[in-house]
Amino acid sequence: MTEQHKDYTGAKLGMWLFLFTELILFGGLFILYGVYLNRYPQEFITGGGELNVWFGGGNTLVLLTSSLTVAMSISALQRGNRSLCVKLLVATIAMALLFLVNKYFEWSAKIHHGIYPGAPSLQEGPPGESVFFGLYYLTTGLHGLHVLIGAGILTWVMFLVRSGKVNGDDFVTLENAGLYWHLVDLIWIFLFPLYYLVL
Amino acid sequence: MSDVTATSGRGFWDNSGGRSGLAAWIFSTDHKRIGLMYFWSIVIFFLVGVMLGLLIRLELIAPGVNFLGAQRYNATFTLHGVIMIFLFIIPGVPAAFGNLVMPIQIGAEDVAFPRLNLASFWFYAIGATLALVSLFTAGGAPDTGWTFYVPFSTRTTTNVSLAVFAVFILGFSGILTGMNFLTTVHRLRAPGMTWTRLPLFTWSLYATAWVQVLATPVLAITLVLIMAERLVGTGLFDPASGGDPIMYQHLFWIYSHPAVYIMILPAMGVISDIIPVFARKPVFGYKAIAISSIAIAAAGSLVWGHHMFTSGMSDMAVLVFSLLTFIVAIPSAIKVFNWVSTLYKGSIRLDPPMVYALSFVLLFSIGGLGGLILGAPGTDVHVHDTYFVVGHFHYVMFGGTGFAFFAAMHYWLPKYYGRTYNKKVALWAWGLMFIGFNFLYMPMQILGMQGMPRRYYDYVPKFADLNLLATISSWVLAAGLLLMFANVFYGLFRGKPFGTNPWGGASLEWTATATPPLLENFTEEPIVTHGPYDFKQAGVRADD
Amino acid sequence: MSEHDKGHIIGYPVLIAVWLALLILTAITVAAAQIDLGELNIWVALGIASVKSSLVIAVFMHMKYEKPLFQVFLLVALLTLAIFIGFTFFDVLYR
Repeated sequence: MTEQHKDYTGAKLGMWLFLFTELILFGGLFILYGVYLNRYPQEFITGGGELNVWFGGGNTLVLLTSSLTVAMSISALQRGNRSLCVKLLVATIAMALLFLVNKYFEWSAKIHHGIYPGAPSLQEGPPGESVFFGLYYLTTGLHGLHVLIGAGILTWVMFLVRSGKVNGDDFVTLENAGLYWHLVDLIWIFLFPLYYLVL
Repeated sequence: MSDVTATSGRGFWDNSGGRSGLAAWIFSTDHKRIGLMYFWSIVIFFLVGVMLGLLIRLELIAPGVNFLGAQRYNATFTLHGVIMIFLFIIPGVPAAFGNLVMPIQIGAEDVAFPRLNLASFWFYAIGATLALVSLFTAGGAPDTGWTFYVPFSTRTTTNVSLAVFAVFILGFSGILTGMNFLTTVHRLRAPGMTWTRLPLFTWSLYATAWVQVLATPVLAITLVLIMAERLVGTGLFDPASGGDPIMYQHLFWIYSHPAVYIMILPAMGVISDIIPVFARKPVFGYKAIAISSIAIAAAGSLVWGHHMFTSGMSDMAVLVFSLLTFIVAIPSAIKVFNWVSTLYKGSIRLDPPMVYALSFVLLFSIGGLGGLILGAPGTDVHVHDTYFVVGHFHYVMFGGTGFAFFAAMHYWLPKYYGRTYNKKVALWAWGLMFIGFNFLYMPMQILGMQGMPRRYYDYVPKFADLNLLATISSWVLAAGLLLMFANVFYGLFRGKPFGTNPWGGASLEWTATATPPLLENFTEEPIVTHGPYDFKQAGVRADD
Repeated sequence: MSEHDKGHIIGYPVLIAVWLALLILTAITVAAAQIDLGELNIWVALGIASVKSSLVIAVFMHMKYEKPLFQVFLLVALLTLAIFIGFTFFDVLYR
């Protein structure tokens, strides 16, 4: 009885449930953000002003575009165009890495300026700023970890597509990997204005 | 459906998927094998937890330092809490009996994602191992209590980081099981298994799975925050750097209060399945019981603040959370009334599963009524952090979920082994436990009313008599537990043969599978034509 | 399970149009942040972010083409998150 074909709806349902858990995982950090923004509005504005909008905005472009390419890769595979699908996935993975490289430079610049959790300059400054940067590092760090995991999953699926194990008739693995990648994008859509554009 | 008895042999035991020895278990994706692995691990951890509990009681036998002393006492009750909550009560009924029974109840060959199910067990095993390792490494056993409250948890030198990481891994296990069960119930019901024909145990697992999926991630992020606090000092809960320790309590209880319903809902499901079978009557108010499971899951997510009445939260929040807390009492009471109405004019058979189930109803009601005292801020301030709370949650968790676990064990487990225990001994064991239980936890509630605080190794002499009574009763309870497990385990391996449907149940695990069930449960996909408690239509009766 | 549930193929032009919309909304959100609206700023930012994420969920993540069950699930999850955030403010706002 094991030769039954895959239950597509079931697989996607499971994936969505998993995405909800990710959403609520970040939700915990959003609760803290909301509460501390409410308590320290001025310090949050000062803190946000110190973040570089160009890094944040650039990474937004990168992630939005990578979301487009991964969505297109699914359409490509559904239409049977395997090589286009692989190319789009490679582009997505490249953008994921670009995002991480950007993040690396952004973080190192901040750390270089003495802004990191537990840094002396933060402990001497107003309490709200230390909370802002604590949250900033935790949230973007956790998000960065998800980008890394997402890139890993997409690489794995890319090889499956190339070998034909994931194909136009059996592509739920690609769809689920895509869903995961879009979630990473979704979280960033909220992170960007909340941290880089507070006013 | 009547020829299922013709299938003889050892069912799924004969089919190990081409593996032998231990590999036939730890690599098996069969929901029954996974369920049994959960069962045995959970029982082992339960027994460890019982030992730690006995140690706590031993320290409290008389005022002053007796056996443990302050630091070891703190580590012992932390460990007792962590093991009992994360390794026994939370996975107890859903992971062990959910896996064993639920796919069969809905007429499926297995769960929706069998490999994920196995991964979930591995996460449980890894998390449990790490929890044990945390006791003997780095700064020694954690001494924070199972709630890991800041600021102490971020400052203590004991091995909190590893313990917290272990709980994080255990959380993953719960999330994966929840996802799996939700998808299974939605996608794999047999033809004719409509939502109103789902056994109530499955309904309760469905509601539980939602809570597992939606609440556990908050625990995960809370634990990540503690680790970040300890490792890099983000200062998010530290007032010195602008953080707010009360926010930790919010995040912790946003998960941990719904987790209480992860513990109790499946237990209620077990009771809803057992009572009609042994009252020989269709369950009263099927839809009310099913919907109240969902209502408890939903309302249970709105009330976490009632753990924080004395923490310095705003009065507005105290008011709102107290009001909502009383709302949870409604669906819980609906269940109790429906169980009692099912018993009314039933032809009741006091077999061991039923006796355990009935004591659940009583003990859970006592504990639940105590919950109302705690849910009202006025009275809560008086008994907060006293032994009243300890007595209350042992009534609900042990008297409730614990007894339901034992009821499920007596009801379903023989089906999977094909052999059964001695009923008389089971009843004797129950009697010992019931007496021990009440004389252990009722004194605690009285002590709490009198003002004895929890979590201290010492107390003033005026509390001595009731503490002595509680400690002696803990031995009676332990003796009962030992007798019960010995009887059941001996019976499963050496006992009398257990038929296909000796209790006369009408749900699929009794009417459509062999004893023990086959590898993929059914020889052909069952077609469901009646509800799970329509004993007449199913044409079933209990063996004498 | 005989139903054909492999879903709908979304054309490239639709995907690119959504992408363009997302870029424009990003530009708007950056521009809006330059104007001082007081407390309103955060709500404008969140509003635009919600529109952007709805687009991603509906089209990129195929939610628009899924069975209603998926949409109900999503609603339950979002409602839960909203409760977790909202109820915390019963404490924080009135302390």
